[in-house]
Amino acid sequence: MTDIVRSRPEFSSELEKEQRLTLIQREAAALVPSEARVAIASAERGYYELPLLKEPTWTWEIPVYLFIGGAAGTASVIAGIARLTGASPKLVRDARRICLTGAVLSPALLISDLGRPERFLAMLRVFKPQSPMSMGVWILMGFSAATSAANLGARLRARSVFPGLAAVLETVGDVTALVFGLPFASYTGVLIGATVIPVWNCNAALLPAHFLVSGLGASVGTLELAGNDAPALQWLGLGAAAVETAVGVAIEQETNPAEAPLKRGSSGWLIRLGGVLSGPIPLALRTASLFMKPKRAMKLRKYAAVSSVVGSAITRVAWIHAGHVSARESRP
Amino acid sequence: MKTSAFLTDSTLCIGCKACEVACKEWNDVPPDFTEWRGLSYDNTWALSARTWRHVMFVEGVPEIGKGGNDPATMAWGLLSDVCKHCEVAGCLEACPTGALVRTEFNSVYLQPDVCNGCGYCVVSCPFGVVAKDPVDGRAFKCTFCYDRQKADLMPACAKVCPTQSIQFGELEELRDRAQQRITELQDRGVSDASIYDPLDTSVAGTHAIFIVRGEQKAYNLPPNPEVPTTYLKSAWTSAAVAAGALLVGTMIAFLGAGGRKV
Repeated sequence: MTDIVRSRPEFSSELEKEQRLTLIQREAAALVPSEARVAIASAERGYYELPLLKEPTWTWEIPVYLFIGGAAGTASVIAGIARLTGASPKLVRDARRICLTGAVLSPALLISDLGRPERFLAMLRVFKPQSPMSMGVWILMGFSAATSAANLGARLRARSVFPGLAAVLETVGDVTALVFGLPFASYTGVLIGATVIPVWNCNAALLPAHFLVSGLGASVGTLELAGNDAPALQWLGLGAAAVETAVGVAIEQETNPAEAPLKRGSSGWLIRLGGVLSGPIPLALRTASLFMKPKRAMKLRKYAAVSSVVGSAITRVAWIHAGHVSARESRP
Repeated sequence: MKTSAFLTDSTLCIGCKACEVACKEWNDVPPDFTEWRGLSYDNTWALSARTWRHVMFVEGVPEIGKGGNDPATMAWGLLSDVCKHCEVAGCLEACPTGALVRTEFNSVYLQPDVCNGCGYCVVSCPFGVVAKDPVDGRAFKCTFCYDRQKADLMPACAKVCPTQSIQFGELEELRDRAQQRITELQDRGVSDASIYDPLDTSVAGTHAIFIVRGEQKAYNLPPNPEVPTTYLKSAWTSAAVAAGALLVGTMIAFLGAGGRKV
């Protein structure tokens, strides 16, 4: 602070004082552009170039949760429809296991982010349709209960314990898990889309679909890596990769300044990395595998699977990171 | 319902920070980080979980007649910033625990004993007001001295303000008073003063209005604050369309290609 306090000269007359003022005025005007320490406020810079908005406060658990939720939610759709259409029991079982993993890890991750278990319970006293966070908690609760029931039913049935009840539990669980799994895979896009963070809200209509498809790539990939080679998974994998490729192209063509964090800097490169791993790479590998002998084709499909799973995880991290950058760059 | 409001007049503010001190003392707000910003006496930079009133020192070019006659000191536009207590509040809509409520004074109150620190209000405030305390883990913001208002006392900041820069009262009355003040200032030749009251936006007006000189954006007052609930429709539509497509797509994949080994 010492540089602000300056000794002032003595003046003999008013005129001298006035001249001194003119001198100061000139000196001050000259000072402005050259001396960077003088922060001059303007409409463009806002207040000291400080961000208008606050950065998201979520810890590392949240992008992981977004990834796991996407995979688990879409896996419930695969499990439900696979069972309905008489697909291989292993595929149904593996898909259900992805759901159960998601159902167990998701609340754990959220509690870890909040700090204490009872803080999670605070959300279970309110049902608020206009809050995606509140809706998400209820979707997660429904999903967890349903997929737990389906898994329990399947286990009991396999061991012939209460077979009748077990079958009901399994079927009701599968159907309910599918019903909750659909929004579970996509609501996270609504969650971050309906915020004040510019890069998120200008993609409010893209994010839910993007996250759902990204989740599909992850669940299909995980199922293939677990040794499932059903052609249906190949079709779903191709579809997901094609949509992700289109999303990547759409993002690259954005010109809105609010979208800048998606295209430059660390967040831009993360978005691109996630996009390439989720879109073009698995798309090319899967397309190539269509023209190959089964053994070699499966190998390529597994490479595509790894690419999609990693790409899906990176995509979530990238979007959260872009939100931080966007908040830091926010001006009024 | 009575709508309590603040009118914060930057043309009267002398930057004494009595409002900050009073707020901290009355509400037992713990200390915030302090670091000088620019050449000013601003040491907290912005509203935060531990700063519920924040005196801004908006630095302008030293201009004779407007202050800052010494090149080493700036022409400061001083303004005590505060939670805007929006008519349609993003934080309030977003809160999943019901910790944020609308009080009988039409203000937005955060109940600390209910807050779970999810941080969703933080990314739902178009003014960057609500913040999460990194130590405590919960979100905090201006309470509009809810406890004092219940006891018919004016908020601590308004009580201590020595220049009536912070005025407390009924919203419509303060809007009239702000208009009178602008006319008064114009009569005195101050032509660049304006009222910040974003009525025609999705927040539908704020219960803390401001009078500032020059660019409102220089005071980090956004011309078009948006309530994030405006994005809900397009986002949920996207979710529904995607869900439908996934359901149909999965059905086609399993029926068309089959779920068994090739």
